[in-house]
Amino acid sequence: MMMLQGLLFELPGGGDVFSQILTILIYAFLFISLFYGQKIQMHLMLKEIEGSLYRLKYIRDEGRRIAIETIKEVGKPQKDPTTMVDRFLEYFTIQPEDMDPAGIVWKLEHILDVRDARFKDEVKLLAPEADDVQINNLENTLEAAMALNYIYKVIRHYYLLGKKTLSLYIIMQIQMILPLVMREAEAYASALKAFAYGQPIGDGIGPLVAAKLMHGYPVRKVAKDCVVAEVPIEGRIAYVIKAEGPGGNVGKPGDAVKAVIEENEGKIASIIMIDAALKLEGEEVGEVSEGVGAAIGGPGVDKFKIEETILKYRIPINAVIIKEDIGDAVSPMRKEIFDSADKAIERIKQVILEKTKEGDKIIIVGVGNTIGIGQ
Amino acid sequence: MSRKEQTPAQISTFTMMMIFIVLAISFAAIILAIQAYSVYENQFAAAYLTFIGILGIALSLYTIMQVRRRLARLKIETPPVITTIECKKCGFKSVREFQRGDYVFKEVEPCRKCNENMIITAIYREFKEKRKETTFF
Ligand SMILES: [Zn+2]
Repeated sequence: MMMLQGLLFELPGGGDVFSQILTILIYAFLFISLFYGQKIQMHLMLKEIEGSLYRLKYIRDEGRRIAIETIKEVGKPQKDPTTMVDRFLEYFTIQPEDMDPAGIVWKLEHILDVRDARFKDEVKLLAPEADDVQINNLENTLEAAMALNYIYKVIRHYYLLGKKTLSLYIIMQIQMILPLVMREAEAYASALKAFAYGQPIGDGIGPLVAAKLMHGYPVRKVAKDCVVAEVPIEGRIAYVIKAEGPGGNVGKPGDAVKAVIEENEGKIASIIMIDAALKLEGEEVGEVSEGVGAAIGGPGVDKFKIEETILKYRIPINAVIIKEDIGDAVSPMRKEIFDSADKAIERIKQVILEKTKEGDKIIIVGVGNTIGIGQ
Repeated sequence: MSRKEQTPAQISTFTMMMIFIVLAISFAAIILAIQAYSVYENQFAAAYLTFIGILGIALSLYTIMQVRRRLARLKIETPPVITTIECKKCGFKSVREFQRGDYVFKEVEPCRKCNENMIITAIYREFKEKRKETTFF
């Protein structure tokens, strides 16, 4: 280094002054990083969060714009829906108190029902010309816009809080989870577009499998927003259940399963549930795997109901899941996922052959959002 | 984001200034290098200055590219969604872009060959991997 300096600083106009300046600079740098290193790092983190915040804001505004445009297009409202949409985006739901958790499922279900009814009414007001399918889709679209709005606001809250308090703890926390939050926001953004157009999403693979099984057989309604068809498979009678399509909704598979079991007085040999499941990084998209238990997500009401009912009648429950990541689950269905429906049906048939006898009655439930999938 | 509303499509002036300063210094370094080589015949200093210049230019170009990438990433992509229509009777198949109102198992216009109503059998999006990841796991 000394030799290098000696050589370098014999340059024109330089002389020894250069090396002195360099030394001072090095010391200054050392002291700055010693005393202000953390502050600088904090500001860099804040800058990074700020950048993501811009993007979140952009995504949220895009979502809001698409929602309003779709409402105008399909709902043909008399007056501008913008103010109503803005009010809608601020809606909230309060979870029931869980200090004494006995019976909380019914409280939660009631609150979710009220929320659903309220949303439907609101959407009907927003889009008077829309039919039932479009109302379901619009509701889903607005819910995605709501989620984006919420994410943006929470991140903004922590950003501003971090800026105000300059607390490394707050800033670091938000900076660390930011990549995951951004992924989720992107997923909601593509979901919103799919909902607005009524395109099937990755989460719809369960209903798709059910629809493929029941297509061509008479279908009747069971429970709220659910349909069931009696389908002969491998010499067994399968009650295939899915949410009623093609509007965007998940139905109430818990109630539907309970109703079908009770219709048959508990004489069901097996239940097979099909659902999309989050894959781990490194796993293949559209991979089909099999296990036991109630394969159903969401707030847990339906899972609880299914587990209660099968416990009462001691019915074995099997699950077939299709692996996908969060982005795939809510964006328009990828070809790999669509193609996995046939693989899943093969698996189901295999399970039926292995676990049941000829003449048995079984229930097959396709769980998920049935948007863009009829029956 | 209350005070200075900034659209995400802008590059911050601070970044631009920094890039300009670094570029200017890099060019100066290269000019000095040429001078050092031709006038003072100090090859070592010339190499050193050239290195600094090239590094500076590379860094600023990289930053510009990064910013451009970030701007490009801002747009929410809409991959094409494809609808497949099939005739159950004769197997005639046609593929078109998704239209609002399409859904799987919807009956659509009659078949061009046998006048039977066709149904939509598939709706999916072709997913293109942006870059091939080579992993050994
Ligand atoms: Zn035909």
